[in-house]
Amino acid sequence: MAEIMINGLARRTLVALVENKPGVLARIASLFRRRGINIASLAVGASEHMDLSRMTFVAEGDPSTVGHIAKHLDKLIEVVEVSDITDNNVVWRELAMVRVRATQESRARVIQLANIFRVSIVDVGAEAVTMEITGDTSKIDSMITLMQEFGVEQVMRTGRVAMLRSALSQGGEDGEYGDQNQISSNINTLEGFDSGSV
Amino acid sequence: MIKTGGQIVCEALVREGVDVIFGLPGGAILPLYSTLGSYPELRHVLVRHEEGASLAADGYARASGKVGVCMATSGPGATNLITGLATAMMDSAPIVAITGQVNRGAIGSDAFQETDITGATLPVTKHNYLVMDTRDLAATIKEAFHIARTGRPGPVLIDIPRDVQAAEIEFDEAEYDKPVSLRGYNPPTTADEDEVAAAAKLINEAERPVILAGHGVIISRAFNELRELAENAQIPVITTLLGISAFPEDHVLSTGFPGMHGMAYSSLALDQADLIVNIGARFDDRITGDTKRFAINSKKIHIDIDPAEIGKNIKVEAPVLGDVRAVLNQLNAKVTRTTHTEWVQHIEHLKAEHPSLRIRESDDLLGQQVVKAISDATKGDALVVTGVGQHQMWAAQHYQFKNANSWFTSGGLGTMGYEVPAAMGAQFAHPDKEVWTFAGDGGIQMTLSEFATIAENKLPVKIAILNNNMLGMITQWQDMVFNKNFYANSYTGNPDFVKLAEAYGIKGISVTSENELDGAIQEARDHPGPVVLDFVIRAEENVFPMIPSGQSVEQLIEESL
Repeated sequence: MAEIMINGLARRTLVALVENKPGVLARIASLFRRRGINIASLAVGASEHMDLSRMTFVAEGDPSTVGHIAKHLDKLIEVVEVSDITDNNVVWRELAMVRVRATQESRARVIQLANIFRVSIVDVGAEAVTMEITGDTSKIDSMITLMQEFGVEQVMRTGRVAMLRSALSQGGEDGEYGDQNQISSNINTLEGFDSGSV
Repeated sequence: MIKTGGQIVCEALVREGVDVIFGLPGGAILPLYSTLGSYPELRHVLVRHEEGASLAADGYARASGKVGVCMATSGPGATNLITGLATAMMDSAPIVAITGQVNRGAIGSDAFQETDITGATLPVTKHNYLVMDTRDLAATIKEAFHIARTGRPGPVLIDIPRDVQAAEIEFDEAEYDKPVSLRGYNPPTTADEDEVAAAAKLINEAERPVILAGHGVIISRAFNELRELAENAQIPVITTLLGISAFPEDHVLSTGFPGMHGMAYSSLALDQADLIVNIGARFDDRITGDTKRFAINSKKIHIDIDPAEIGKNIKVEAPVLGDVRAVLNQLNAKVTRTTHTEWVQHIEHLKAEHPSLRIRESDDLLGQQVVKAISDATKGDALVVTGVGQHQMWAAQHYQFKNANSWFTSGGLGTMGYEVPAAMGAQFAHPDKEVWTFAGDGGIQMTLSEFATIAENKLPVKIAILNNNMLGMITQWQDMVFNKNFYANSYTGNPDFVKLAEAYGIKGISVTSENELDGAIQEARDHPGPVVLDFVIRAEENVFPMIPSGQSVEQLIEESL
């Protein structure tokens, strides 16, 4: 998942482990705003640690600033660990719910396309069906484009969640947050990595 | 022992070694104030405006190296602190600000004097807290002091609802002594040996190295270590504006400060060097100008405790992450003793060819002459504070600093109004030292309510107003950058500063010509209390040298003498 450039803006994907406390999201959002970076997508949820949440951001902004945002995030007291995983080998998924117009005439074709894309239909109404799409962003984008001909009534996307791939041999990336030196040196060297691919 | 929240705050402050608090009470912080009087170890200084409290805490913190403490009530009291917090944030000064908040039940109801101060101060604090349970108070205060003073220091705000201050709980003293442990906050100390080795290699190979010493050297108290590096490898030392007084200015290797209004030879040396050893500075825009054209002939080493500063503005070949003093100790062990005779001589030539500190002849009194005269009279021994503007630049240029950590100015935020409260803070930190503050007639009117605090506390601060009856730096920019389109730059309604001082019971002296200078300065120094000196200086006078904003050393403008 190499850095994507859109209209001169760079997009980078970050994963952070943060204290599950009131106001943490406001602190993070304030930092992004102050540094002129847009949060293109954000997913937050529980982590394997009871009192820590894991966040996946897609940050969008000027390449020089956005490449630096992980370091700024890491300075927040309640951010325990942060990695810019844009250039790493990661697994990432997004979930979308899409309500598509589906009348009696078109319903069969909508469902057929859904099946081809392995998309499940989670609700069926008289005039529309709601489908749940899980996959990478391009799969969701393609599905939504395909559905345009029937009429897309509503789209709800969770934002991207990402996870580093497990090492195939011993001595790979370690998920523990205890070793700060490892984390910061990890951040420092990320920019030098060759662009990986998913 | 059963204690109220207010008592717990005081107990914690005593344990943190606080000896002075700058504050002003109000309704939402009265439960805390009602206990403050029973703690004589905590000297409370009643300011006249909360901005004075936060700026005084900043001045105190910088001068003492300890955490400065300020207090205010909710709402307007708290918002008035913000300028001081932002000042401290930009210049990495350790402050703990304690604010009152409305009762917990009233939060969010737009109650009288309610402000979401933790929300409002998010971008101008290193961290902040809203304490919703008295049982969390002690640990929060301990954590706040720890965060304020360690790593890259900065301001921390603690907002305490009125009923949290009033509630009574069991306070466990032993609990307080447990060390703070924060899993998301582990500032670096010593650096990675490989990073140090890479930096040492660059230094050992350099032919034209310069040191750019920033505020980090002062914060880390690495004066001897810096001097050892400079002398050992014979590297000229340029200080940033905030790095002034990190290195003695009468030292042969001292090469001034560079940038927008720095010495021409400093800017030229930075540009001509083949290696810049940045020690605790952040390549600020007042130094770099156009980053694409800044010091393109050199490799850079950047020693900093804050990983986010490395590579932020300027690409560096050798980053070294760590506390400046620890890193310099590591580095000094690896740097070979050498000389750079040709290069040092070249810089001496630059100094001779670009005499940025020469003061021209003038019939009117000049700000530069005032600073020079005070520098000479005090033999460079005073603690010097400034406001922001032309007088600040003249003070930075013409005062010759001999002692470590003797210069206090708002470099990052550029806070006009810093001069009086910060001088007050510096004097509290060092009651026996001579404190001079340079002010403009503009900035001084922003916080001169603290004249009352200075008089009340009998602080012998000497306040030198460089009075040109205008906003000098604004006038200079309108003159040089905005085609002499002068607007909103002159102060026609200035008070008589001597009479104003006298109204507060402060000695006032008016000086209008060069031949009165030495006598007036002597009179002020002989007076045991505070003095306001009103130096009426030439109005049309620009600060030189100058590199216009966003330009490079190629656009350096020097004064023709």
